[in-house]
Formats: sequence, structure tokens, C-alpha cells
Amino acid sequence: MLSRTADHLYWMARYIERAENMARVLDVTYRMSLVSNGDHSEVDLWKTPVLIADDVEVFERDYGEYNAANVMRYMALDERNLSSIVSCLNGARENARSVRVAMSSEMWETVNALWLELRQRTEDITEADIGEFCDWVKSRSHLFRGVTFGTMLRDDGYKFVRLGSFIERADNTARLLDAKYHLLMAAGAGADGAVDYYEWSSLLRSVSSFEAYQKVYRDTIEPSKVAELLVLRDDMPRSLHACYDELTSILEQICIVRGYECLRQAGEIHARLHFGRMENIFNNGLHQFLQDFIVHNNTLGREIQHAFLNAPAD
Amino acid sequence: MTNNISTAFDEMRAVGGEIRAVYRDFSDWLACTSHAHLTQKTREAELLFRRVGITFNVYGEEAGAERLIPFDVIPRILSATEWQRLSAGAIQRVRALNAFLDDLYHGQEIIKAGIMPASILSNEMYRPEMQGVDVPGGIYAHIAGIDIVRTGENQFYVLEDNLRTPSGVSYMLEDRKMMMRLFPELFRRYSVAPVEHYPQVLLNNLRAVAQPGVQDPTVVLLTPGAYNSAYFEHAFLAQQMGIELVEGQDLFVRDNAVFMRTTEGPKRVDVIYRRIDDDFLDPLAFNPKSMLGVQGLMSVYRNGGVTLANAIGTGVADDKATYTYVPEMIRFYLGEEPILSNVPTYKLELEDDRKYVLEHLAELVVKEVQGSGGYGMLVGPASSKQQIADFRQRILANPSNYIAQPTLALSTCPTLVEQGIAPRHVDLRPFVLSGKTVTLVPGALCRVALREGSLVVNSSQGGGTKDTWVLNDAE
Repeated sequence: MLSRTADHLYWMARYIERAENMARVLDVTYRMSLVSNGDHSEVDLWKTPVLIADDVEVFERDYGEYNAANVMRYMALDERNLSSIVSCLNGARENARSVRVAMSSEMWETVNALWLELRQRTEDITEADIGEFCDWVKSRSHLFRGVTFGTMLRDDGYKFVRLGSFIERADNTARLLDAKYHLLMAAGAGADGAVDYYEWSSLLRSVSSFEAYQKVYRDTIEPSKVAELLVLRDDMPRSLHACYDELTSILEQICIVRGYECLRQAGEIHARLHFGRMENIFNNGLHQFLQDFIVHNNTLGREIQHAFLNAPAD
Repeated sequence: MTNNISTAFDEMRAVGGEIRAVYRDFSDWLACTSHAHLTQKTREAELLFRRVGITFNVYGEEAGAERLIPFDVIPRILSATEWQRLSAGAIQRVRALNAFLDDLYHGQEIIKAGIMPASILSNEMYRPEMQGVDVPGGIYAHIAGIDIVRTGENQFYVLEDNLRTPSGVSYMLEDRKMMMRLFPELFRRYSVAPVEHYPQVLLNNLRAVAQPGVQDPTVVLLTPGAYNSAYFEHAFLAQQMGIELVEGQDLFVRDNAVFMRTTEGPKRVDVIYRRIDDDFLDPLAFNPKSMLGVQGLMSVYRNGGVTLANAIGTGVADDKATYTYVPEMIRFYLGEEPILSNVPTYKLELEDDRKYVLEHLAELVVKEVQGSGGYGMLVGPASSKQQIADFRQRILANPSNYIAQPTLALSTCPTLVEQGIAPRHVDLRPFVLSGKTVTLVPGALCRVALREGSLVVNSSQGGGTKDTWVLNDAE
């Protein structure tokens, strides 16, 4: 298929996935702020989403204070923030519009309807609407995924949509885990069992893994198991391992005449997740592991861009 | 005033108020359908069009501003007999225009025969680069939109020929789809000729005009991109034909061939259905500032490495000054009498014509020779004294840039407006396809001027569209 078409499909999927993840992070932060909360200040709490997005500098320059209203505005609505939910959904629609031919009409209609509704929903939005707004973003992302799965021809376009989704999701899960883990561990374990429980469970809920955790471990929530679930478990759809199962399998199908380097890099990352052990990861530091992962995942993203999406004329 | 609605020919109601035969069933249906129901259906249509994204971009408005072209639920209905005449006339015209282009870019017999002045060669739209270049099948205008207006039961006029990158066919197709969705019961009552096969006919024709010897040609549609006013149509047609929708940046030239960049490497392109004007096609040959085109395309084209549809240089034949010669072309190339008439046209470069026109500006329509989309025109009867005075100055500054025509009493068609159903002026653009054959599907873009009394139907000027029905049986 046309490189530019693949590029638009890939970025459409990435933007929708990113909007969903932004919504997840905002939502869980908002819910945590509703729990009576002894250990962390309001500021620490609302700083986390900005930390996850890696935007501390810009935020502090433009908004100054970390509070619900500011962070919501910045992360959800601010069009200057290229990763805000509104920017992501605009970006998804712009990309979709350029390649509507390459997808099913239901997919295009889903993205277009999402964009039209977005304008209405954000018109008079207040802090109290944030939960509902995030739920809406998530449900639209689910809808997009379902429509894609249910209607799109399994051609190369489909593979590039999936590539975009999983590269983005892997990045988001890693960032989320890294930031939250950092924050929660820094507070010290077990000072107040109840708060800990809420905080870890809300992290799990933000990646739709709370029930999964209960099913898999049948145990109280322990930080190391949360990390294991989100990094190494291949049956948890938002884990790094699951993302790389998908990525390597797609790349094996498309890296036939070109893009061997993509396949190699993905394989290397996949091997670490597939054969890795949680205790080793903890011994060397989870933070370091996740930071490395984010870098490698980005490098793979650039390699995919180079090999397929901005293909040179050779 | 000639644009007085009540004196214009009405498609539904003949003089005296009697319903014309083609509308009889429809009129019965309309009589037992409430205004509220029609309004409700109109809203439903708007919602659907908006959801599917059938919009167009308006130049000069905020970037990315998207508007819907208003859709009217009352169709324009033509009988089989009327259609037969219109389609034969349109086909005849396009055959003559293609013959003219082939002649102009080769032997120029029509100039030698003294039918057309040699000044045609200094027309801005004449492309000297095309002189002596052979195009497959001698076809230049593969897609032609012929604008036809009606002033009476049997009076049809061709207003202009669109031979460059005519647009609007997607509305013909989408309006039909919408009508069938909104009013399926009407299609049971009426036997309406189908138009849905247009993309297939077009694709077959495009494949047929690949350079000789190309097996299984690759056809692409070249668009200026998502911000072009007709982008929706480009995407729609590419999808319907199952071909790639490409932008200039997707194509490149190597070894006297055009390739597109794909995820599997370069792929050869044989036929380009281009929706970019000549000027922007190749920065090396034409406008060097063009970001839309493909560097080196023109040289591949001249050497027969790729087919362009429409060909380069068709603008010289749909120029409003050339228009006046089309009846002569039909006689000269085909040896036939024109089936459809031209509108009487004054050329302002001619002194007598100019004198007459300047004295009668308030009655005439004056158009720029190369204007399109309803920009740069004066509708005398609908203009203020000041507007007329301003336009006079523009004419005097460059008379050869203008032609003038009498203000025709365009026919009206019942149209749903706020107050109810009222007559509004309409025109008709059927699309003639040339390739293996010269043909057209039984339907057309019907544009309607929604403002009371207005004669300007262009979508950029607030016009709307209607579905056009060609009935299968003669009454």
C-alpha cells in the first residue's frame, strides 16, 4: 500500500490509543482525588498525569499550579498540548480524513462521529464532568477498536493500524507503571494499608486490570505482582509482553521485502519480556528497566517510520 | 426581469398549472406528504451526510472549514425521451471537442479551414508543450461535465463545457443513495434508471486508455489533498473504483516512468486520473512553486510513459471564448448538425459586441473567459447600479477576458424551502465518459439556486443539489 496511507493509518491508531490512555490516567487520578487521602498532597496527586506525559516543564510554565482544574484543562482540552485528548482526537480525525479510502466506511464514520461529538462535549465542560468525559473517550476508543476488528479488510492497512495501536499502548503502559510505581514506593509501604490498597487498585483499574489481578493472583495487592502483571504477563492485553507478542507477529508478516531492522529490534525487546524474570528486573531496578524499554520502543517506532511510512524512493 | 420566477418554465407545473406528465405520480405522492415529514427527512439527510463526511471546503474561510452542500429532497425528473436527446447532444459535443483538441495539437485543420481564428494559439490555456504529442485513442477529455439549462418544454442550451477537472459526480451518486434511503416507496412507484455503475464505467475507460502494450494497468487518482474543496469526491471515487488515492508526494519519476511509494517499495503507475490543474502538475514544466505536483511528470507524459486523464491542455477547449465555436466544430469534425444549442454569446473583444454589451449590462450575464465556480461574474438583473458600474471598469480594462450572454430564464423545479415548497432555478450537469466508448450514465448533477430568484447555482455561492431521475419508459 501507499506509504503515506500506511502512515496516516498508523498515526490515526496511535492518536486514538493515546487519547484513550490519557483518559485512563486522568480518570484514575480524578477517582483517587475523591478517596480521602492522608499520604499524598493534592499537588503530588495531580502532578502524576503530567509526569506520565513527560510534560512537567511546559505545564509549570503555562499553568503553574497542579490542581484538578488545571491538569484537566491541560491534559484533556489544551490544543497547544499535542498529547491532550482533544489534540489526539483531532489528530486521529485529520489522519483518518486523509485516508478514508483505506478503511471501512464504518471506521471513518466512527472517527468522524467521535470528532463531531467531541466539540459538543468540550464546550461547557467542568471539573465535575471529567469522569464522564474520560469514560466517553474510553468507550469511543473501544468502539473504534471493535469496528476496526469487525469491519476492516485484513490487508496491510489493518496491520499498520495494529502496529500503531500497540507501539503506543506499550509506551503508555510503561510510562504509567513507571510514574505510579515511583510515586507509591516513595511514599513507603504499608503506613496506611487502606490508602495503599486504593492506590494500587486504582492503578490496576486505570489499565482495566483490577479484575484480572484478582483472577490471576487471588491475593492482596502487592506492588511486585502489579508490576509483573503489567510487564511480563502475556495474557494481560495491556501488558508490555502482550503488546510485543502482537508487534512481533505483525512485523513478521510485513517485514518481507524491507524492514528487517524493525523485525530484529522488536524480536530483541520481545525476548527480554518473553524470557525475563521479575526478580532480575527488580534487582536491576524496575525504573531503569522501564526507562530502557521506553527508549527501545521509541527507537522501534522511528525504525518503522523510516522503513515503511516515509519510504524513500529506492 | 427575466429571472422572474413566475414566468420561468417549471419542471413540474406546465403553463396553466397542469402537472407535467413526468411529475404526475410524484405530485400525487407530494400532495399526501406533509411539510413536516419532508423537513424531517431533510434533517435526516443532513445528519447522514455530516456523519459520512460528505462535505466540501470553502476557499477563503477558516482553514479546514467544512460545509454541507444543501440537499433538496424533491428530485428533478426527466423523461426517457428528454434524456435521449440530452445524452445524444452531450455525447456529440464531447466527440467534437475531443476531435478538436486532437486537431489543435496536431494538424490544426480547423484553423487552416478558416473556421477558427489562429488567435486560439495565443489563448492562455493552449499548451504548446502538447503540440505533436500523441495521446492514447486521441482522447483528451476523458471526463467531461456539460452544463445544460432549460428555458422551455423543448429548449435546452449548453451553458458551458467542463473539460479540465470537472467535479460534482459524487453528488449525483450520493444524492441517489440518499433518496433511496429516505423514500424507498418512491422508487417502487417510479422506474428510475440506475446511475450506480458510473465508477465502473469510468474505471474501464481509464484502463482502456493506458499506453499500448501495458498489461493490467495500474490506475491512480491524483488529488491536491485533504484541504481541496472537492477532496470528498476524490476519496469517494477512488474508493468506489478500488484505486489508490495519491498526492503528488506519493509519486516520483524515474527511467521515463512514474512510480508510487508503497510499503513494499516503488510501484509503477500507468494511468493517472488527476484532479489537479495543469498548472500544478509538474513544477519543472509549469508553476515552479507547486507543492502538489510531481517533478518530471510532464516529460514522462510527453514520451508516452504514462497516461493523464484528462490530458494536459484541454482548457483551451472549454474556454468560454472557444465555446462559441463548438457548433462549428460539430459540423466540421462530425459532419452533423448540433443536437443541443449554444447560448447566444457576445465576445467583448469584438467591437460591435462590446458596444452592445456595455449598453445592456443590466440585462446580461457577463463572465470571465476562464472563470469557474461562479466567481468573477456579473448577473445584470440581480446587480446594483454600483456593482454594474464597477464591473464595467473591469471589462474595459481587459475586454478579451469577458463574454456576455442574455440572462436566460432558467427553468425552475419545486424545492423545499422554509415556507413550504417553492420553485427555484436549476441546471443540469451530466458527465460524459470517453475511453473505450463515449457514453454517460442516465443521471446528472442537478444544482439548484436556493435563494428566491437567484440564477447562480454554484455550490460555492450557496447552491444546493437535487437527485436527477431519468425515467426508464417513455410516457
